Amino acid sequence: MEFLHAMTIGPIVEIIEYPTFFMEVLIGGLLTGVMYSLVALGFVLIFKASGVFNFAQGAMVLFAALTFVGLMEHGLPMWAALIATVAVMIALAYAIERLVLGKLVNQEPIILFMATLGIAFFLDGFGQTIWGSDVKPLDVGIPSDAIDVGGVLINWFDITAAVVAGLMVAVLAIFFQKTRIGRALRAVADDHQAALSVGIPLKTIWMVVWSVAGIVGLVAGVMWGSKLGVQFTLSLIALKALPVLMIGGFTSIPGAIIGGLIVGAGEKVAEVFWGPAVGGAIEDWFAYMLAMAFLVFRPQGLFGDKIIERV
Amino acid sequence: MSDTGNTLLSVNNIEVIYDHVILVLKGVSLEVPEGGIVALLGANGAGKTTTLKAVSNLLGAERGDVTKGSIEYMGDQIDKLTPSELVKRGVIQVMEGRHCFEHLTVEENLMTGAYTRTDGRAAIEESLEKVFHYFPRLRERSTSLAGYTSGGEQQMVAIGRALMANPKMILLDEPSMGLAPQLVEEIFEIVHRLNKKEGVSILLAEQNAMVGLRYADYGYILENGRVVMDGDGESLRSNEDVKEFYLGLESGERKSFRDVKHYRRRKRWLS
Repeated sequence: MEFLHAMTIGPIVEIIEYPTFFMEVLIGGLLTGVMYSLVALGFVLIFKASGVFNFAQGAMVLFAALTFVGLMEHGLPMWAALIATVAVMIALAYAIERLVLGKLVNQEPIILFMATLGIAFFLDGFGQTIWGSDVKPLDVGIPSDAIDVGGVLINWFDITAAVVAGLMVAVLAIFFQKTRIGRALRAVADDHQAALSVGIPLKTIWMVVWSVAGIVGLVAGVMWGSKLGVQFTLSLIALKALPVLMIGGFTSIPGAIIGGLIVGAGEKVAEVFWGPAVGGAIEDWFAYMLAMAFLVFRPQGLFGDKIIERV
Repeated sequence: MSDTGNTLLSVNNIEVIYDHVILVLKGVSLEVPEGGIVALLGANGAGKTTTLKAVSNLLGAERGDVTKGSIEYMGDQIDKLTPSELVKRGVIQVMEGRHCFEHLTVEENLMTGAYTRTDGRAAIEESLEKVFHYFPRLRERSTSLAGYTSGGEQQMVAIGRALMANPKMILLDEPSMGLAPQLVEEIFEIVHRLNKKEGVSILLAEQNAMVGLRYADYGYILENGRVVMDGDGESLRSNEDVKEFYLGLESGERKSFRDVKHYRRRKRWLS
């Protein structure tokens, strides 16, 4: 009886009693969710354009962050390190297309997936071989103090992350909707064969997609790196991106954002208000449970492509 | 067959093997004159699509390989060019089954056809106008998703998209597939006008021999990966064998169903 109360009425009463506290938790959660979205975006890009589920996205995030920090440690100013890292990520995309995916054209999706698994292991090891495996602090000058908005404390860092994510989505949306390459990318995502037949060179397109995913990975890596320090666990945040993708849909950029927000807010609110009833640590599994519910009731996610069927 | 002008495309005795094992074309030769419509006729699996894909080099994406023979376009060997390079040179394929980009609007679909163009926005806009002129229905549907348009409209999108590349030659694969006879007629009329007014040469693969031969200047009949007969449209249409096997007409008295066993009785001209 007591447990039932703690699961149902208790948290609701608490939320109503302390609305500012609830808002603080909610906003904090939403803003953490944005960070998940940043990682999920990279997956969406590649999956949309080539149907490959890129297991290496997490490793790319780590690799980009490591390169960025490493270059800064070697005395490069931040802007130069940023440009150099972007160049490295583009070169990486080129290499992956040339050495791995280019050789596997027309293979089953599972084979391509396994190839990205290989890329992930390679990148994890390669990055740490070059730049070392210590935890590196990363400071890109984001203030870490909080501001008070109508009684609700919000962290500057979280706000910055949200702005960065918003900007990135806007840029990607313009890129996909308005540019020639973007249109070609969407065409390739819809129908490889037809895209090939109208003269869209698939290899170039895939290289562009991997480059963009690499740059998105860099942004995610910098944000997460400034939060947690650049370290191996960065490549594991990709695991948190999975439920985000399942909820938002593997093929939708807005889906990745909304999915991230749902996961971030959901797990924080669940942890704070429902946690005590079950002994805490809800945060660790909440996202996966939610994703499972989605898989059962709406497998394409909230915004995933529906299969268009003419009748 | 060279009274219509210069040869634009010539396919010389090509052999195509899929997956290193399956021999699909066993020596196909054909020619397309500049400004002509040439039909490639034959039943399912005769090798029509494979022939077109050998020309447009879409075979590579299906693990097919041209192992013998050569393909020349405007005097150049083109076997080794990528589809993208071929489109730039003016050879584009409209694939069987339409293959529209379902999640793009009709207009965006058309614009993807202009991907390889480098002659500027104004020229591309002009081409778009031209496509809308030939396919007025597409103008009305220009903002709807291609996936939600009708089969006929999708075929128009596919042909219009190819036109956007400013091609000299369109490889048109089975445009009549799954369409009502009236629509087939409409689409063939438009293709015919494109050929006459824009001077686009057309290599057409078609099962529907009746329609195909009516619009084609010249025709080849494929069977089991070989050309078994060729001739101009008129003479093929009046050929007794073609009439019986492909047009469903026959001279003399009607035969009973018991006698008509097309697939068993089909004549092989070469083998």
